[in-house]
Amino acid sequence: MSSLELYPLDERLPRGERVMFNLYMITALLLFVLMMLLGLTMRMTQAEWTPVLAGMFYKIMTMHGAGMVGTMSLASTAVMWFFLRKYVSLHLWAFVSNYVLFMLGALCIIWAVFIGNFASAWTFLYPLPVHSMGLWSSGAAAAFMIGYLLIGVGMLLFYLDAAAAIIRRYGNLGRGLGLQWLFGGTIDPTHPKAVVAGTMVIIANSLGILAGAVVLVMCLINLYDPEITLNALVVKNLIYWFGHMIINATIYMGVIAVYELLPRYTGKPYGISRPFLWSWAVSTVFVIIVFPHHLLMDYAEPRWMLVMGQIISYAAGFPVFLVTAYGVLTNIHRSGLRWKMPSMLAVLALFGWAAGIVPAIIDGTISVNRVMHNTQWVPGHFHFYLLLGVLPMILTLLYHVVGSRRRAPVNSGADRTGLFLYVAGGISFCMAFLYAGHVSVARRFAVHLPEWVPTDRVGSVAAMVLILGMLVFAVRIIVGLLKAPADADPSHPAG
Amino acid sequence: MIFQNVIWAITLTGMGLVALGFVYAITQAGRPAEAAEAARVNRRSITLRRGLFLALLLLGIGIAWASLRPFPIPPQHAPLQATQVVDVIGHQWTWDVSQTHLKVGEPVEFRVTASDVNHGFAIYAPDGRIVTQTQAMPGFTNKILYTFDTPGTYRIMCLEYCGVAHTGMTTELEVAAAGDKP
Repeated sequence: MSSLELYPLDERLPRGERVMFNLYMITALLLFVLMMLLGLTMRMTQAEWTPVLAGMFYKIMTMHGAGMVGTMSLASTAVMWFFLRKYVSLHLWAFVSNYVLFMLGALCIIWAVFIGNFASAWTFLYPLPVHSMGLWSSGAAAAFMIGYLLIGVGMLLFYLDAAAAIIRRYGNLGRGLGLQWLFGGTIDPTHPKAVVAGTMVIIANSLGILAGAVVLVMCLINLYDPEITLNALVVKNLIYWFGHMIINATIYMGVIAVYELLPRYTGKPYGISRPFLWSWAVSTVFVIIVFPHHLLMDYAEPRWMLVMGQIISYAAGFPVFLVTAYGVLTNIHRSGLRWKMPSMLAVLALFGWAAGIVPAIIDGTISVNRVMHNTQWVPGHFHFYLLLGVLPMILTLLYHVVGSRRRAPVNSGADRTGLFLYVAGGISFCMAFLYAGHVSVARRFAVHLPEWVPTDRVGSVAAMVLILGMLVFAVRIIVGLLKAPADADPSHPAG
Repeated sequence: MIFQNVIWAITLTGMGLVALGFVYAITQAGRPAEAAEAARVNRRSITLRRGLFLALLLLGIGIAWASLRPFPIPPQHAPLQATQVVDVIGHQWTWDVSQTHLKVGEPVEFRVTASDVNHGFAIYAPDGRIVTQTQAMPGFTNKILYTFDTPGTYRIMCLEYCGVAHTGMTTELEVAAAGDKP
């Protein structure tokens, strides 16, 4: 269990680690802003306010999707690393390798999209990469896929190092997850939530990344030898296993920041319990097997998989609502919470996650999916829990670290204004998508019907407000991160 | 009642309840409780969580049961007993539809596939709402069984991104009233 001390000694970053943490987070903040601007460009194109041709629109769409998923992964990995290193011995080389491979992968993807014209969406659904209709070459498609492979290899290296560290400390991954206390025994109250969540992510996301690696290699072979054709349904299953896993892992990595930091602002201990361990144990299984809810409109999919997709979508809500969100609410209730930027962002994050999965769970119902699938309902719910859930989790840690460098929590008027803009813009932006989805506005359309344009305009204005808030965050945090710590740990030379 | 409006209302209610829970906790967050009161609140919160667990469990089981029986997707490997059959093939970037004139009140079997990449076969009603859809996937045939209840011009749109002219991949179905010549 983490201490209630606001800035404990074991969280100090020696020079090398501080440089890497700064690199991760400054890169992520810059990419978030850039990707948001690409997203705004798409919404303004649909709103008929920006003249972007379809060819460029779909390139932007591909970059925005791949870029946001990759950046969320990068930043939430840094969140997991930041806390996990307090409890187990992680190697800096693995953290560095992940960053280097991410950057190499990102360069491949940027080249593939903006130089090679690759525009197959971030999901590269087979066989679209080989049916470009002359718009991109096999080389561009291959560069995109190799970019993904590089990023995946980096993440696997990090997970392998983390898995080895957990096994060294706890004996096996099951004990890291706390499975030994599911049915009885006295729970060790000092067992860290970061280890439980980290173990879950290592197990589930490694499987997802391996599925991704398999399907990427299959698609690369098909690119250069089209005689070797693939089963489109099998490929789609693998892609969504990978895609669902990698984006969901960002939530489970990001939430570690809330678990660790919120109790320090409430002053109330937030220990582990049997319901908590059960929730993470079942979430490990749920998140691995829920992906068929992306294939509910593929009627050729085995019926049991479609039923599983629906049932597990419902079941996956229980741990979120009844353990994590409820746990946060009981932790802040009657606590005398100190409302500073990190605590406000932590509460926002849990609200965004819990509220955002409501439309997601509902869309996991086959009969609902039949009228909502691939409408703007889908970006509506995932933007809700990414923009108002995962990103605030990451910002919670960043504002906390910035505060720790000057030994005082951040709480300025500028930051609060940024938060107001971010929340107001974010909720309006997501609700514009959800409203549009319920009136059947299609997603991934470069050109919209005239009757769809009003919601696009609302969404565009909301996105501008949101980005203003994000710009405030980015500037304040980058400046804060680049400042030297007010006091250095004498046992480690600080830069 | 339009199905999507029901979904919208349920969603807003669900998100609203989540928001209310947060608003309540936030309004109470600034008032620290004494030790005895904190213990009492803690016991009450555990009881409340058990109640919520049970309520959500029953709700989930009920909705799953009601929404999966009968199974909302027609049998894919058996005859569907439809009086009207339409073969649909998606191509980059056109629809090949074997029959575009249909009748209200008589079941239609759509057999949907694709020749090149994945497409999404969605039927939009004259009021602009989706009434049904499936994926058009190369190598597979997905079957929809749908009975139109309103005459008019229905628009088919591609809902799976399929390349640069994805937006323009549309066609129309004419659905005639019972007794009218289709």
